[in-house]
Amino acid sequence: MHISSLDAYRPRTSLIHGLDARVKLVLAVLFIVATALTPEGAWPAYVLLAALALGVAVASQLGVGFVYRRSALALPFALAAVTVVFSTPGRPLLSTQVLGMKLALTGAGLVRFASIVLKSWLSMQMAVVLTGSTPFPALLQAMRSLHVPKILVAVARFTYRYLFVIGDEALRLMRARAARSGASEGRSGGSIFWRARVTGRLVGSLFLRSLERSERIYDAMVARGYDGEVRSLRSPALHSRDLLVACPFVLALAAIQLLARIRW
Amino acid sequence: MLASGILTSPAPMHIPDGFLSLAVSLLCWVLAAVGVGLALWRSGKALGERQVPLMGVLAAFIFAAQMLNFTVAGGTSGHLLGGALAAILVGPWAGILTVTTVVAIQALLFQDGGLLVMGANILNMGVIATLVGYGVYRGVMALARGQRWGMFAGGFVAAWASVVMASVATAVQLIFSGTSPAAVALPAMAGVHVLIGIGEGLITVGALAFVAVVRRDLVEPARAPAGGWRWAAVGLVLALAVSLLAPLASTHPDGLERVAEDLGFMGAAQDAPYQVIPDYVFPGISNQVLATIVAGLVGTLLVAGIAFAVARLRRRAVQGSVISD
Repeated sequence: MHISSLDAYRPRTSLIHGLDARVKLVLAVLFIVATALTPEGAWPAYVLLAALALGVAVASQLGVGFVYRRSALALPFALAAVTVVFSTPGRPLLSTQVLGMKLALTGAGLVRFASIVLKSWLSMQMAVVLTGSTPFPALLQAMRSLHVPKILVAVARFTYRYLFVIGDEALRLMRARAARSGASEGRSGGSIFWRARVTGRLVGSLFLRSLERSERIYDAMVARGYDGEVRSLRSPALHSRDLLVACPFVLALAAIQLLARIRW
Repeated sequence: MLASGILTSPAPMHIPDGFLSLAVSLLCWVLAAVGVGLALWRSGKALGERQVPLMGVLAAFIFAAQMLNFTVAGGTSGHLLGGALAAILVGPWAGILTVTTVVAIQALLFQDGGLLVMGANILNMGVIATLVGYGVYRGVMALARGQRWGMFAGGFVAAWASVVMASVATAVQLIFSGTSPAAVALPAMAGVHVLIGIGEGLITVGALAFVAVVRRDLVEPARAPAGGWRWAAVGLVLALAVSLLAPLASTHPDGLERVAEDLGFMGAAQDAPYQVIPDYVFPGISNQVLATIVAGLVGTLLVAGIAFAVARLRRRAVQGSVISD
């Protein structure tokens, strides 16, 4: 099994895939900011944002199910927020006793919790479309154009390049461990400390392999003329198509924000 | 199953979008930028042109190392976060940059962590975890004065402290954003990560032991330059600062509002039977949170104090011997 199957990018010939990566990154972040700014309980605003996200997902040809499923991956984190249902002040709808403490479930708490979950899910949808429609190197190049420090982008590029190589190596280490471990069904061998130590040795081994690999890589780069300066091609100019998509999108976001504040 | 093991992050610390308020997100971006900027500057000076290939590959290593797991009990498994290990093996600045890169790639490529809140995630796992881990490690090494146990004890405590402090910082951000009440977020996050930190510590020690055997030159105590106490102080101050933010969170508007409502309505007879505010919230906030914080602080200082005292006693015991650093 290859770890490369985890790369989020899915090649398609859709409108979204054809947009400039810089535009997509900025629009995605604007959407997430707009979602964060939307007041709690402004349900029509959330519906409109969901519709906008759905529209973008459909236009990207990634598959609505794909987008919805991947964006739902973060929802378990919602458990961290669930207690807000009990702690937000307001008129109590339901009260229970848990471990000797009185807990009052409030309407305001439910509204806040639902808003948090919705914001998270909507933001994730946009992030999934962004990464699904943009090859990662293009995304990095977009970040470089937006003045993220050169070194950080260069390191990230390298990491992406070697992620799958070293990830495969880690998988091989685990397979080797499994092959050398005899264990009865459902039971793990040795004590937990021993197992942790063995894993530690796997990590140490992987570290040394990575370090030595990086030294070989560096030597190879120097042999090919690397002087510490990271150079990249200039990004192509924006198309009119990019602006044609960006402007209505931004206007829609602004309109939704206005709507949310005027009515609520 | 292997795939799901890869997709789930080692510890529930990657905050998704929507869980932090805009103000908290932006503040965390600023703090993270300061930390990362400092790291860029210092590691650039130290590594020069090796910087990019070395840190790129090491970041890939950290990412891959987080996939290496061991069975804890039943279906659960222990993983590595890697901040402390990175800092111990390649220094704090390179450590910050590598973990930051990992966090960014996890967010951008795998949606593990939000885009707007990436600043907070970088701050927690890239900056705080790494600096606290390194500070604790150098502190213990300074106490051990070059003895072998220093590396293992230091590695374990550093890894444990880095995970716990990162989780406390996460909890503080959730509290300030109003996403989670203080009485729940802090004990829950810190409590879970006190346990997860043990796994982190064990793996870190295992890795350090392995590297010490195969490539002694990478972890030799002599390699650590003087100034261990300064680093220990940095780590300790950072840890204390993060811990102390939590009581401030209890003056969050929610807490005050409730007090105001409580006092305001207490006298007037309301027709809707106003449920007396659950006792656990306001008094709970003062008691549980402060108790947790005080316990954490006392525990940290106690451990540090004991270690210091033991080191002093041992030094007195070998006063007349030839061995000195």
